[in-house]
Amino acid sequence: MSTVKLTVNGKAVAVDVEDRTLLVHLLRDHLNLTGTHVGCDTSQCGACVVHMDGRAVKSCTMLAGQADGANVTTIEGIAKGDELHPMQAAFRDNHGLQCGYCTPGMIMSAIDIVHRYGGQLDEATVRHELEGNICRCTGYHNIVKAVLDAAGRMKVSQAAE
Amino acid sequence: MYQTTYHRASSVDEAASLFGKSSEAKFLSGGQTLLPVMKQRLASPSDVIDLGKIKELIGVEAAGDTLTIKAATPHYDVATSDVAKKAIPAVAYLASLIGDPAVRYRGTIGGSLANNDPAADYPAATLALGATIKTNKRSIAADDYFKGLFSTALEDGEIITAVSFPIPAKAGYAKFPHPASRFALTGVFVAQTKSGDVRVAVTGASQSGVMRVGAIEAALKANWSPLAIDSVNIPASGLLSDIHGSSDYRANLIKVMAQRAVAAAG
Amino acid sequence: MGVEGIGARVVRKEDKRFITGKGRYVDDIKLLGMTHAHFIRSPHAHAKVKGIDSSAALKMPGVVAVLTGQQLVDDKVGNLICGWAITSKDGSPMKMGAWPAMAPETVRFVGQAVAVVIADSKNLARDAAEAVVVDYEELPAVADVHAAIKAGAPQLHPEAPGNQVYDWVIGDEGATDAAFAKAANVVKLDVTNNRLAPNAMEPRAAIADYDAAEEHFTLYTTSQNPHVARLVLSAFYNIAPEHKLRVIAPDVGGGFGSKIFIYPEEMVALWASKKVGRPVKWTGDRTEAFLTDAHGRDHVTHAEMAFDANNKITGFKVKTYANFGAYMSLFSSSVPTYLYATLLSGQYNIPAIHAEVIGVYTNTTPVDAYRGAGRPEASYLIERLMETAARQLKVDPAALRRANFITQFPHQTPVIMAYDTGDFNASLDAAMKAIDYAGFAARKAQAKSQGKLRGIGVSCYIEACGIAPSKAVGSLGAGVGLWESAEVRVNPVGTIEILTGSHSHGQGHETTFCQLVADRLGVPISQVSIVHGDTDKVQFGMGTYGSRSAAVGLTAILKAMEKVESKAKKIAAHALEASEADIVIENGEFKVTGTDKAIAFPMVALAAYTAHNLPDGMEPGLKESAFYDPTNFTFPAGTYICELEVDPGTGKTSFVNFVAADDFGRLINPMIVEGQVHGGLVQGIGQALLEHAIYDVNGQPVTASFMDYAMPRADDVPSFNLSHTTTLCPGNPLGIKGCGEAGAIGASAAVINAITDAIGKNNLEMPATPDRVWRTINAA
Repeated sequence: MSTVKLTVNGKAVAVDVEDRTLLVHLLRDHLNLTGTHVGCDTSQCGACVVHMDGRAVKSCTMLAGQADGANVTTIEGIAKGDELHPMQAAFRDNHGLQCGYCTPGMIMSAIDIVHRYGGQLDEATVRHELEGNICRCTGYHNIVKAVLDAAGRMKVSQAAE
Repeated sequence: MYQTTYHRASSVDEAASLFGKSSEAKFLSGGQTLLPVMKQRLASPSDVIDLGKIKELIGVEAAGDTLTIKAATPHYDVATSDVAKKAIPAVAYLASLIGDPAVRYRGTIGGSLANNDPAADYPAATLALGATIKTNKRSIAADDYFKGLFSTALEDGEIITAVSFPIPAKAGYAKFPHPASRFALTGVFVAQTKSGDVRVAVTGASQSGVMRVGAIEAALKANWSPLAIDSVNIPASGLLSDIHGSSDYRANLIKVMAQRAVAAAG
Repeated sequence: MGVEGIGARVVRKEDKRFITGKGRYVDDIKLLGMTHAHFIRSPHAHAKVKGIDSSAALKMPGVVAVLTGQQLVDDKVGNLICGWAITSKDGSPMKMGAWPAMAPETVRFVGQAVAVVIADSKNLARDAAEAVVVDYEELPAVADVHAAIKAGAPQLHPEAPGNQVYDWVIGDEGATDAAFAKAANVVKLDVTNNRLAPNAMEPRAAIADYDAAEEHFTLYTTSQNPHVARLVLSAFYNIAPEHKLRVIAPDVGGGFGSKIFIYPEEMVALWASKKVGRPVKWTGDRTEAFLTDAHGRDHVTHAEMAFDANNKITGFKVKTYANFGAYMSLFSSSVPTYLYATLLSGQYNIPAIHAEVIGVYTNTTPVDAYRGAGRPEASYLIERLMETAARQLKVDPAALRRANFITQFPHQTPVIMAYDTGDFNASLDAAMKAIDYAGFAARKAQAKSQGKLRGIGVSCYIEACGIAPSKAVGSLGAGVGLWESAEVRVNPVGTIEILTGSHSHGQGHETTFCQLVADRLGVPISQVSIVHGDTDKVQFGMGTYGSRSAAVGLTAILKAMEKVESKAKKIAAHALEASEADIVIENGEFKVTGTDKAIAFPMVALAAYTAHNLPDGMEPGLKESAFYDPTNFTFPAGTYICELEVDPGTGKTSFVNFVAADDFGRLINPMIVEGQVHGGLVQGIGQALLEHAIYDVNGQPVTASFMDYAMPRADDVPSFNLSHTTTLCPGNPLGIKGCGEAGAIGASAAVINAITDAIGKNNLEMPATPDRVWRTINAA
């Protein structure tokens, strides 16, 4: 057992876990942040993506200990109170989700994509960059639309800040 | 995953010393290969020693005719490094094709080369460019480093610290991704050294891991052009064959990807 | 239609919880004192279980119990059932091999459970599972249908000699033979419909909680039909009487058919929770999903089509071998029979059809209904044959289809189905226009000049949805009726709860069902909530599959709404001192037509509950229920056309354009309908290009993770160009046909037709991997 200290969604936490605990299980089982999902065993599906120190990572492919001292943001931490993150709003407005299971990982990956590309996104780029997130419901069409829509919204909201 | 003990090392020396103290330790860099294997209980290290936060292992530098990528540098940082893009754009491009964006944030060149997956991308660049693998104990030439599937010249407890790539006159990489895993079904790295030598390395195709392809090297040395590869015969024997690519198909991909890599190299 | 009524593109009410991480799936639920189950599964495709030694495991930390198949037998837990009886052509019933939830004696596929470890944590259960020693005696195994029916093949079940489940026929063999005898041309095709792994992104999971004082079970499970689960668990598996078993299917992360069935893990969790006296949770991982979720498709078919001299189809003969896997899953028997062979007429006027379907056991994961279920196999076969015929007869593939379209409705096919309505020319025209079919030749030439092989492929599909009229399916062997139920509960303040037997696992019922209410009563959808997925809350219902929730489930809601409206009108008329016949409902008010007298709906509701001033003899309250049994299947149909390029160097396919023109009848929410189509199309493309659940000759699965089984990813597929050509379904009052499976049914043939057009060779099996395409291009 080790104590892992990290900041999750802006809050400092210290959690006692077995060393074999994955970050995703620290979040889900110990912090009850069940928005981060597990959809595969092989780091392929992306349902578990969270942001660690500003980068979108697969929380099923990190030991909790590797996140010691890190700043982690999950799907539960991106809205500002009742105000949805522009990516969340874009997923809703473009019907970018159906069963919702891949959605948190998709949104976290998508925010990272927009951060990296800014306004320079096109459909082909979005599709390529979503390579690490699998969805079985939507056929990706509306997810791609949502990411492109959000890229515009995030640019506007950044400009406003 | 089995029980294990996690250690975070703050220096290479500390990592080596931790390794010496444990029975069945494994080094953990980005963990993008080791952790999936441990999750499936196919590896059961008593201890994992995290190299990912060791400052001396992170960074990309170019000096003279050499591009050096330190071992714990994530693929994303290589792919977006202005230094790498200027020195050997094909290496930065290769790094941009590894795994997916989340994997590229975590996975590292040292981890990739220490694991030596037969379908990993970095071994192709390392071998084709005749890079030098630097460890905490010595320097190993790429030609002496790769020893077949998941096997390398590294000794027990030896830690890769950096990889130094001689900057070539021209280089290019072309990858045909595995439809399921997105590893290389076949990837070909071509390089023309500043002295005019040509080296071509293929990953994903051979039963014995990354390999050079003499016939393509000879053809390109005579004529650095995609067309020069048209007449090269790549035998299917010794190549991998599985549900996504028969050995014949991989033999074909070696040629086609080599041609595309040459075209990309200019 | 109103901003929130029928036909409006209303954003989904359920989305907020999903996009903020507040969805509640089974694995998100924790109960006090909960234990965790880990199943011990056979590594062999076929073996005798000679002994299980759990002594070492029982001594490990945190281990509560190790339970085996023999204990299940001892406790008289029932075997798994197949709920649709099929009769072979010789009159004999289908041959059902016994399927215990954990194998006491014989395992017949890799992944079949033999024992379960119950421990304090998931990790401890898995640790201990490795200490359980199972002594297997390996038996010869068989994975391929043709190998399984050969003399001398390994035999799976004593009940099924020759590994045959059934040999079933449909249609008129004599009339079909006569048509072939007179044919001007006969077109033949051999087709394999590749086995798929469902892969809903949420792995299956179950939490069972036994309350000893009440002798009552609660099961949280990943189900598309919690009531059917309760019925089966109660009536056939002896878990508990229905009133002592509550089944809850909370948010479910995709189903696609695979979560219709009641699986061994749910049965064992329930049984085990009583045995250990604590809640038991099981969450599958992806490998377990590959090994144990019922697979889809897996047909091997030879088909021949007869044409007269005018290229009119005169007869169609089909022989299909359907791989059932090792056991008959819950609805498996109906899939290659009544969900497949009854659709073999496609969109075409075919006077005579005869089909024979031979069901075969193999040492593989059981196969059952998956995303289209039988209809994709039928549509793929017909549309590949039509393309093959066009090439053989040297006519334009679209023109050949058009010449054979059914144009008069209703139309009785020779294979049971009676199509009620449709306009196949309209959808073909719309798709051809959308893709500029006429301009294709020029585009192909242009692509050729750039070294690319360009192809175009048409697929005109039809499906039978709205499953299904109970009397009809009963006469065909179904063990249940396939109606749906609804209750509309108006609260005293005028808010409304709709209790539905349908279950939403991505389909958006919480929005579309509210839209119907908004449409009829003019109340905002925020005033309406949908209750589903809990047998304690909702009356018995049949669940969601077969594109049925709108056509059947929503119609049931409509029927209940009509009763509510009727009573409400009486109350309003009484309050307004007007005649009931003069009351109209507008914008949330009950008005006396032609006057300004009106009473708001909430006031009507309040009047119903205060009961101070109701018409004489009227019961207080405003709550009505309805059961709706459809009168016929519905017949969504449409045309998909795909244009793509093949890279001759690598065999890789890239999409240029993909158009879909569908006739789903009335659309409740076009945005949601389009989403359903997009997803289905990608499943069809996935089957055509990427997906294949493969076993080696010994029954070992080769594709048991996303590292080997190629799932469609965002960069594998295009964006789509959708349109609708509408004929209203006459079979239900809303005119709905259903949209959930169309894409998966129609898309595969369009893709393969396009690739074979591009490469100029007709024979190409799915999945058309780059290797396979390259090999076909270069074949002599």
